[in-house]
Amino acid sequence: MLEPINVSLESLNLITLAPMLIAIAGGLIIIILDLLNGKLHKSLYVMLTILVLFVDFGSVLGLNVNERGFFDVMLIDGISIISQLMIIGGSMIFIPLALTSKRFHEYSYPEFFALFLFMIAGFQFMVATDNLILIFVGLETASLSLYTLIALHNRSNSYEAAVKYFTMGALAAGFFAMGSAVIYALTGSVELYKVAEILATRLNETGLMIAIFGSSVLLLVAFAFKLSLFPFHTWAPDVYEGASAPLAGYMSVVPKIAAFVVSIRLFGMYIDLGIEWVRWTILVIAVITMTLANIMALVQDDVKRMLAYSSISHAGFIMAALALDTTEGNTAIFLYYALFMFTNLGAFAMLWISRNKKRRFDAGHDHPYEKFAGLIQIMPMGAVVMGLFMFSLAGVPPFSVFWGKIYVMQSAVNAGYIWLAIVMGLNSAIAAYYYLKLVVYMFLKDPVKDVDVVYYNISKPLTVIIGFATVATVAAIFYVQPLVSYLYYMISASGY
Amino acid sequence: MENILSILVFFPAVAALLGFIVDKESARAYGITVATIEFFLSLWLWFSFDTSSAGMQFVEMIPLIPDMGISYYLGVDGISLFIILMTTLMTLIGIASMGETKNIKNMIVTLLFLEMTMVGVFVALDAIIFYVFWELSLVPMLYIIGAWGGPLRIYASVKFFLYTFTGSLIMLVGMLFVAYIYHNLTGVWSFAITDWYALVLPVNYQLWLFAAFFIGFAIKVPMFPFHTWIPYAHGQAPTIGSVILAAILLKMGTYGFVRFSLPMFPDASVLSITPIAVLSLIMIIYTAMIAYAQKDVKQVIAYSSVSHMGIIMLGLFAMNAEGLSGSVFQMLSHGIVSGALFMLVGMIYERRHTKLMSEFGGIASVMPKFAIIFGIMLMASVGLPLTIGFVGEFLVLLGFYQVSPIMTILAGTSIILGAVYMLRVMKRTFFGPLDNEENKKLKDLNARETWSLIPLVAIVIWLGVYPKPVLAPIDNSVKALLSFMDEKAITQEAKDMIRVAKSNKEVN
Repeated sequence: MLEPINVSLESLNLITLAPMLIAIAGGLIIIILDLLNGKLHKSLYVMLTILVLFVDFGSVLGLNVNERGFFDVMLIDGISIISQLMIIGGSMIFIPLALTSKRFHEYSYPEFFALFLFMIAGFQFMVATDNLILIFVGLETASLSLYTLIALHNRSNSYEAAVKYFTMGALAAGFFAMGSAVIYALTGSVELYKVAEILATRLNETGLMIAIFGSSVLLLVAFAFKLSLFPFHTWAPDVYEGASAPLAGYMSVVPKIAAFVVSIRLFGMYIDLGIEWVRWTILVIAVITMTLANIMALVQDDVKRMLAYSSISHAGFIMAALALDTTEGNTAIFLYYALFMFTNLGAFAMLWISRNKKRRFDAGHDHPYEKFAGLIQIMPMGAVVMGLFMFSLAGVPPFSVFWGKIYVMQSAVNAGYIWLAIVMGLNSAIAAYYYLKLVVYMFLKDPVKDVDVVYYNISKPLTVIIGFATVATVAAIFYVQPLVSYLYYMISASGY
Repeated sequence: MENILSILVFFPAVAALLGFIVDKESARAYGITVATIEFFLSLWLWFSFDTSSAGMQFVEMIPLIPDMGISYYLGVDGISLFIILMTTLMTLIGIASMGETKNIKNMIVTLLFLEMTMVGVFVALDAIIFYVFWELSLVPMLYIIGAWGGPLRIYASVKFFLYTFTGSLIMLVGMLFVAYIYHNLTGVWSFAITDWYALVLPVNYQLWLFAAFFIGFAIKVPMFPFHTWIPYAHGQAPTIGSVILAAILLKMGTYGFVRFSLPMFPDASVLSITPIAVLSLIMIIYTAMIAYAQKDVKQVIAYSSVSHMGIIMLGLFAMNAEGLSGSVFQMLSHGIVSGALFMLVGMIYERRHTKLMSEFGGIASVMPKFAIIFGIMLMASVGLPLTIGFVGEFLVLLGFYQVSPIMTILAGTSIILGAVYMLRVMKRTFFGPLDNEENKKLKDLNARETWSLIPLVAIVIWLGVYPKPVLAPIDNSVKALLSFMDEKAITQEAKDMIRVAKSNKEVN
């Protein structure tokens, strides 16, 4: 006979689950609304999504730091709170981009918004636990929703993108499952804090190193896929190109924040255990990723693909900060993404609104550089804003990404990796070239006659979002201080 | 007005933003007015500046990002004061004399933004704020060269941007490392230069850091072998772009050496006297020879300006008061003279749409005013006594003579070589037969052009005859700098090398 298990409700600490449940409930409400009345306009769903996210945001803010809940599966530490806040914040900027003046296939389905909320719940589960199984569940929930969101764009290359992303994602999930299995085999636990304790006592056993090696390689591969790191980055440009522009911008930021949080938990554990080659592998991968992606970005003809490679390169940049495994390094990851989020989403949103009047089926790309030639004469405000985003991405001070960059470089210097800081500096210099290329096209060249860029998609909400991103990019110097001190406090409070 | 420096920095920026609203037709008048006000503000700064004190004045400090040690920290001393004055003056005269008519409003707005960044570089006392302005100055210049330049303008502007950007990123790593050392020693983060001055670094650290800063500054100066971007930039830039570039932007590099490298790394500076002197000599002689080989008047002036930057570099590393003061003075004189020369070339280019010497000849008879002003500026550039060019060059050579007589003699050839190529320009354009039909119809300088050049001529002669009002405050700050370096140096050879002026030592 099994003993009956007595669990008191308080010990479950269900409040830790509240944020995800809010997102899921929001998704369900949207589906139910659609069942009751199928003719509702997308603007209703957009606003509902924002409201749900708002409540979600509030419930995350209300959480206490360093609590566990739900049979100790949920872990609410500093990084899980700040990453959830960033995920929700990024989503709140993203979702109003659906309010375009033109009709788009995906937004006519309320399922889009329901899936979007489920995806956010998935990301929240990923970051708010150190249980490998729950991480896996969160990862899959989020990824499966994301694949569908891409495919909903309803164009042939978005199907291709979705299928490609799905295949790659499935492979990554497989690697993750295998890596977790090896960890379980080694330690008999899937909870990372227990894993760390057990591994620490068994480190000296002969033959164990091989198994640890195996597990870390499998997990590294899995997350290299998710973070689009070399040599598993090849899917990213195609997927970004197939997805709609704002979704591509979203994918380059929010899913990566979630994946970085898990990476900090996983690889931070390995590095803390004194397994130095994990650090070195990550460093090598990071350096190759940023350099190679930069070189690839140089030769792109399409602005969207250029931005795709540039976000790969930025991910490499951040990955290097992860390898430092210092509180500053981890703060740098979040600071960088918090600042990068506005600029990059803004840049992709600019692609979203500056569309050709007619869709040209003969063109190989949607956003060739020529399209932006002489933009300053056609839409001066648009050109100036896009130019600002480009300079910010290039790391020209005092725009937002610069502050992230110097924080990353400073933490590399502080950790004793001066060569890494120099590599980062040189990479920024390479990167400046391709951002500058767009600026040159926009400001210094004359428009190509038969290509007419117009404010195709512009609507008031989009203007507001882009205006917000611009202000956040330009005025970064004024909010970096509170941001840094908050992030640093939260991260050091959770012991990273 | 204790916060005059902030006003000086942000007045042009605000004016630039408002300038978007000003009508196209009135843009030039707006630009001239704003630049005049800015110039008078800088004159006010000079008059309220206490010339007897050698330290930083009008200091403003507001913490911006305390967790990273970054603060909004401005100040001015005798060295930067006159560079700021020159900046506002040359911007004013550049705008006033500008013949550009295409997209004039954009040009004015860009120039005013550029003025903000330039003044910002020279007043910043926080390394990151310095870096912010330093990098930001690239953007307007990129636009000026790229939008108004010659046929190869895009290549030239991108090359200019990437060269400087790459160099300064290496410098940024150097800055971050200094901040890291400072944090290790004191436990607080600070990017304030005055805090960094207190750091006494071991010689090998100094050498590495000196190298990192050197790359950033040397590309800007531009030192040989990093000078390859400048012929393109000057060749393609519109007149106003060349004026600002030669007069002010290049000074940022040499100013950086004075503000960062010398006081922070005295031992490394002394150790690198010889290599830098050799590079400077190559700059002086080699670019002078290239200047002689040019067919294009503007290229001659461009190379001559690089050659003169060599003299400035040499003076900076003389490690004595004469050399350093001369060098700072030479920065001013080079700014005024080369700026004026580029303006003059621009004026003739507007008339004939060519800059080739072979197209001209004998135009002194049709354009007497032009020829006279050009002649005066040319003599100043060569370093004729009683012009502004002589004072700086003479002091630099005098100063460096104490370091190495042989190198000084080699550097002195710059006067001879300069005379050779400059007089050749003079001879081929102004004298000889007036045989080109088109040249006979040339009109002399109009009132706007004349009146924008006359102040420069006046300054060239005034400071050539009586440089004391400018030289004395510079000398003050330079002597303070030298005795500071002498105290801070850790190796004996550095202490021996740095000659502290006697009078200053007695006072201490």
